[in-house]
Amino acid sequence: MADLAVRCAGVSLRTPFLLASGVWGESGESLAQAWNAGAGGVITKSIGSAPRPGYPNPTIEAYEHWGLLNAMGLPNPGIDEYPREVEVARRAGATVIGSVFAGDPEEFARLAARMAATGVSALELNLSCPHAEGFGAEVGGTPADVEKVVRAVTRAVNLPVIAKITPNTSDPASLALAAERGGASAVSAINTLRALAIDVRLRRPVLSHGLGGLSGRAIKPVGLACVWQIFEKVKIPVLGVGGIANAEDALEYVMAGARAVEVGTQVTFDGIGVFGRLAHDLSTLLDELGFARVEDAVGVAHRTSSVPPG
Amino acid sequence: MRSVVAVTERVVETPSTVTLRFPYPAAADPGQFVMVWFPGDDELPMSLSYTDGPSKGITVKAIGGTSRRAQATRVGDRVGVRGPYGDRFDLSPRKVLIVSGGSGSAALAPAAERVCAAGGSVTVALGATRAPELLFKERFRAMGANVEVATDDGSEGTKGFVTAVAERLLASEPFDTVWTCGPEVMMKKVALAASARKIPVFCSTERHMKCALGMCDACALGPFHVCVDGPVFPAQRLLPLEEFGSSHRDSSGRRVPL
Repeated sequence: MADLAVRCAGVSLRTPFLLASGVWGESGESLAQAWNAGAGGVITKSIGSAPRPGYPNPTIEAYEHWGLLNAMGLPNPGIDEYPREVEVARRAGATVIGSVFAGDPEEFARLAARMAATGVSALELNLSCPHAEGFGAEVGGTPADVEKVVRAVTRAVNLPVIAKITPNTSDPASLALAAERGGASAVSAINTLRALAIDVRLRRPVLSHGLGGLSGRAIKPVGLACVWQIFEKVKIPVLGVGGIANAEDALEYVMAGARAVEVGTQVTFDGIGVFGRLAHDLSTLLDELGFARVEDAVGVAHRTSSVPPG
Repeated sequence: MRSVVAVTERVVETPSTVTLRFPYPAAADPGQFVMVWFPGDDELPMSLSYTDGPSKGITVKAIGGTSRRAQATRVGDRVGVRGPYGDRFDLSPRKVLIVSGGSGSAALAPAAERVCAAGGSVTVALGATRAPELLFKERFRAMGANVEVATDDGSEGTKGFVTAVAERLLASEPFDTVWTCGPEVMMKKVALAASARKIPVFCSTERHMKCALGMCDACALGPFHVCVDGPVFPAQRLLPLEEFGSSHRDSSGRRVPL
């Protein structure tokens, strides 16, 4: 049976499947459940300095099984309240990665230090939320911004820092390189794609905020392209995220260069049991393809001489 | 995902509640809810107060800004509807006690109708602050249920809380099951009283909702999500939870007292 354990950004993961930020991550009990369902680690909801209610509803539009469009607006209870949730998850034994977002490098650094103090194993910086003004993509849209934020954070904490990269850019690799220069231990790619839905009868956008972020199976090819380009440029590990619905999708990301992957939207369609299924199926697939460990498959699609044994 | 439909009927049920009917053919069962978008305003979870047939209904109680404006919806206005979502009442019991407070009758009345139509017996302990707010009192009587009323101000029925009426009824008759919907503090009292008598009790709960698809955690209730694991829960799932009847999360996810 193939070995699914991986070490990524200084964190040991029992499987390469992490719960992505934004799904089930507001409550410690939910994080614990995702862990108990077999996730290799759980990433929290993106937490800010103060509580945010997020945008009014409608905040979501679902497309059969291939996509979700959301403009939640980063609702979160704020860093003052969040330690309790991390504590509940950690009591269940979970490996927790804390996601944070802020409006400038100094705020990011203060927030990161507070999240680090809750007992998380690593931090993931939300530099790429496409629909919250002043946060996310406006803060992390240029390499200079990314480098400043990451440097401020890595100076403020002793934990591994993962920078989550936006796909809403023509050059994701340059953002990843900037994160690497700033001291990031890893990058994750991608966050949601900037997207929109309109109701033709009401002649208005469906979501209250208008623009939102697209996730789910539809974005997998875009996520794969970003991971591919980033892997070619950076030395630090890459985590792949975007539209993973089955083990083959995950292995595509691994072969594109990811050491671990994050799963979010598919939890909505399949339930939290998706983590058990993905781990089981990936193990079977690796066996079938002749890989003893997940780590042996990282980036193999970049080596044009890696033709499978006949 | 959403159907945009025009409201076909508006019925004033009480000074603070209005029923809105609209065409929505998707099959639905008592206990389920829909997310209703009042364009330009908000989208709220609403129990289906009329579940059968191509025309569905919701019964809106004016509580906050959006529900007040929703109440003002007129025939011909358009709303966006998605769902139904959530878990249903098990309709197999033959002798049911219903305990309703606040606008709880909205979720409970269609379930009661199914039991009565199947030949079962329904007793309703119906509570409100004052007599005009007793929601669906006539609807319950018309379906053949035995209705006992409690009002806070004594303007009708027993003066006091509906939980006292419920406890008296539980002591005097052998019910198969208890269904309750209303303020959570009330539901917890009912759940404890029925459980003490080993009678199965089901609570129709509510929490803030955003996605209603089991993704965003807004409606987290202990280890459950009200949108996919509820809103109807057996009491044995709820009573062990510290937050049941005492706290919930606000729209930012902060825990606040009920």
